[in-house]
Amino acid sequence: MGLGTMNLDKPPRRKFHPVYLTLLLPYIALLCVPFYNVIEPTLLGIPFFYWWQMLWIPLGSLCILPVFLRGEGK
Amino acid sequence: MSMAPNAVTLTVFLGLFALVTVVGFFAARWRAGDLSELHEWGLGGRRFGTWVTWFLLGGDLYTAYTFIAVPALMFGAGAPGFFAVPYTILMYPLLFVAFPRLWSVAQKHGYVTAADFVRGRFGSRELSLAIAVTGIVATMPYIALQLVGMQVVLAALGINFSLNLPGFGAVDMPLLIAFTILAFYTYSSGLRAPALIAVVKDLLVYITVFAAVIFIPAQLGGYGAVFDAVPEKTLLLAKGVGSNLGAEFAYASLALGSILALFLYPHAVTGLLSSSSRQVVRRNAMILPAYSLALALIALLGYMAIASGVRTDPQYAAGFAAFGNNFAVPALFLKMFPAWFAGLAFAAIAIGALVPAAIMSIACANLFTRNIYKEWINPNCTNAQESFVAKIVSIVVKFGALIFVLELKSTYAIQLQLLGGIWMCQTLPSVLLALYTRFCHPMALLAGWASGLIAGTWMVSQLAFKSSTYTLNLFGLEVPCYAAVSALLLNLAVSYGLTLVINAVSKPVRRDETRPEDYL
Repeated sequence: MGLGTMNLDKPPRRKFHPVYLTLLLPYIALLCVPFYNVIEPTLLGIPFFYWWQMLWIPLGSLCILPVFLRGEGK
Repeated sequence: MSMAPNAVTLTVFLGLFALVTVVGFFAARWRAGDLSELHEWGLGGRRFGTWVTWFLLGGDLYTAYTFIAVPALMFGAGAPGFFAVPYTILMYPLLFVAFPRLWSVAQKHGYVTAADFVRGRFGSRELSLAIAVTGIVATMPYIALQLVGMQVVLAALGINFSLNLPGFGAVDMPLLIAFTILAFYTYSSGLRAPALIAVVKDLLVYITVFAAVIFIPAQLGGYGAVFDAVPEKTLLLAKGVGSNLGAEFAYASLALGSILALFLYPHAVTGLLSSSSRQVVRRNAMILPAYSLALALIALLGYMAIASGVRTDPQYAAGFAAFGNNFAVPALFLKMFPAWFAGLAFAAIAIGALVPAAIMSIACANLFTRNIYKEWINPNCTNAQESFVAKIVSIVVKFGALIFVLELKSTYAIQLQLLGGIWMCQTLPSVLLALYTRFCHPMALLAGWASGLIAGTWMVSQLAFKSSTYTLNLFGLEVPCYAAVSALLLNLAVSYGLTLVINAVSKPVRRDETRPEDYL
């Protein structure tokens, strides 16, 4: 890229891609507290409140994966 | 305290402690660099790959105090203590998006601290100073809390004897010795020491946690029995009543505010900038949640402690009297684990205190040297002088924290750390948002920072420094919100509002040494 093509008013940005929206899923799942602030259904005797949040530990990583892979190819 | 040391537990503990001491001093020669350069001493030469960064950040962000305090909170208060779990999940998408940008711009311009970046981005020494001072002041009580975590473990081992030192009164000797050793190897090895020690520490932590969550519930009659032992009232968050949004809102705001504060803390920035590429930062956003799993399991240890009945066991009464609920996990380990394994678990926690304490003191030293000493006191200092000042400051900071814990009640450290998180959050518009936009005028950011700081501190003072959830009255609605978040909203309003005013009355000159492509 030559200097002549650089436009200082519009900084180069990584283009927004819908795949970035997957990053919002953990926030929706974990910030809607009333949804999971319940006992049932329990899992191995663990109330929903606890296992739902723990379930989102691996799911949170998985939500980053598609965005990560998109960046990896570049 | 009357607890007698167990020979096996103590031997295992001391053996592991000796091992990490050797590792700490050896670290100076690992991937050797010229330690008279600040970026070599204070950032490990920016050479840490994916795994070292993983261990380093894991040891750095999930501290010994967390391992003691989170289960203690679950033990005492129940469900609200679990907020650490959503908090440590939700920080990673943010880390993944924002921090590669910080890494790139820091690499390009040789920034060592967040305040360096602010200096370059806004061309304002004053704003940079404000960021640096906030970082140092917020981190000091955090270091002190690591010592509190260590104190609890030393007491559980039965080796918290003290000697009268002239001028200081009774001083807890093992704590003093441990911290002196730490100070020396941090001085000689810099960030390489906690990076290598973190590997040992984390292996111990994972072994302890997985043994604990399999072995202890099996003895207590399974997870069902553990949760049955928890009082029904605290097993879930209290629902809001009438116009009050209740503990559920407070829980979400606490998780959100803690995320924003955490990555602005100097030790987090230091850990991230020491990685060898932005790809390492991106990968770590995906693999660091492994520690969140460990943290969630550790949080549940608080419930296991309830089920095991340690609170009413006369054997541990002295420990609870001295340390309150913070003694829950050590008591649980003493009761449920064989002697040798308790020694290993205690070593994990104590070494877990050394790693973040070292990184935090290095981060404070970097800030002081770069953004106060070099900027305001001795602008013409040589690289060797700069690195030397940092090494000295790292020692001063550690002993400052030590004196703090020994001479003042540990509750002050806890209260200050509570405030620290709120203060750190107020640097968000100048640091995190500045990675995307330099719209705000530095003077407006400074005013926003000050108003957030004052409002946050005022709210917590209204709660007698006991809690950080201040209830706001908004249009007839009672909103219990983490003070860091509400103070940040005020901060943002002031920063943007004042910028619009400044832009309307004058045409301010922008002094930004970074270019948009530096961030990619």
